[in-house]
Amino acid sequence: MSGRFQVEIDPAYCKACRLCIQVCPKKVLAQRADGKAIVENPDDCIGCQLCEWHCPDFAITIKGEKKNG
Amino acid sequence: MNYKNYLRWNKLPHIWCPGCGHGIVLGAFLRAVAQRELNKDDVAVVSGIGCSSRAAGYVDFNTLHTAHGRAIPFATGIKLSRPDMKVIVLTGDGDATAIGGNHFIHAARRNLDLTVIVFNNNIYGMTSGQFSPMTPHINFATTAPHGNFDYPFDLVELAKGAGATYVARGAAAYPRQLEKAIGQGLDHEGFSVIEAMSQCPTYYGRKNKMGTAEQMLKWQKENATVSSNPGEKIPLGVFVQVERPEYTKLTGQFIDSVSGGK
Ligand SMILES: Cc1ncc(C[n+]2csc(CCOP(=O)(O)OP(=O)(O)O)c2C)c(N)n1
Ligand code: SF4
Ligand code: SF4
Ligand code: SF4
Repeated sequence: MSGRFQVEIDPAYCKACRLCIQVCPKKVLAQRADGKAIVENPDDCIGCQLCEWHCPDFAITIKGEKKNG
Repeated sequence: MNYKNYLRWNKLPHIWCPGCGHGIVLGAFLRAVAQRELNKDDVAVVSGIGCSSRAAGYVDFNTLHTAHGRAIPFATGIKLSRPDMKVIVLTGDGDATAIGGNHFIHAARRNLDLTVIVFNNNIYGMTSGQFSPMTPHINFATTAPHGNFDYPFDLVELAKGAGATYVARGAAAYPRQLEKAIGQGLDHEGFSVIEAMSQCPTYYGRKNKMGTAEQMLKWQKENATVSSNPGEKIPLGVFVQVERPEYTKLTGQFIDSVSGGK
């Protein structure tokens, strides 16, 4: 079953800085071999958007019910 | 309005290094604009020169990328001729307080209705890490290999002393608070200053052995606080919010009075 939120990461914009991985409270995100961020545990996402707000490269979009922009 | 619709996607990815805080500050700014549903044509974004000043090129408003330190004079011209426009200055700590320091204090003194967001990474990023007037005492820079002798400006105190009527500080590590601080600055009529702490892992971080972008963000999170009891930490929040006649209103009245309204 898929979660209430969808985490979309566009690898074309990701610069592998790891900030999203660090700030995610639910360990949803991980790094793939080239360092870019991937969604590893999508069902654990609580939609807090911290990853999106901390991504300096506008690579992340959280979809689903959300509170802000 | 989705804040990402204010980006010029054909200009992305941007030039900023991996983990540079400037993109986080830009995102917070765009979300504040999106919340207010500002029309792209009613907004003018003006910047000077620096990594931070590149921000103007990535946003889909009326934009002007000007000369080093001179964003505020250009913004002043726009605001005086088009007082109906929301005029926003995106600038760096070097751009705003070194070469542009004079313009900064005088625009504050006049209480011109500009929103000035200072991306403060405590260094000149673009030109490879010279110290700025906001580099802390005895911190390192390429031009301060033994530590910076000078004491830095506290931008909040500087803006306050010069007469700014809205003054706030935010940080990339607290993006929601930063977005709110910028938003209130956009709503305020008068000279509004928002210092946005931003990490430069490439120069400031490397010169001061602060580690990766992740470690720098963690440092910010731990050393700055939104608490009203900051103790030794760097306080974040709104420090000044007062009403004083705004400059274009005064000039408008003045022009009417000398021309007899003609
Ligand atoms: C008149 C002039 N002097 C010097 C420079 C070189 N210069 C370009 S950017 C910059 C400093 C930028 O620092 P800051 O505003 O803090 O922005 P950052 O790159 O750190 O974001 C300097 C000195 C210039 N472009 N023009
Ligand atoms: S929205 Fe929150 S929980 Fe979901 S991936 Fe991002 S940081 Fe993690
Ligand atoms: S924060 Fe953005 S750029 Fe950095 S690793 Fe995550 S998705 Fe990539
Ligand atoms: S040099 Fe520093 S300020 Fe400039 S883009 Fe790189 S990390 Fe950001």
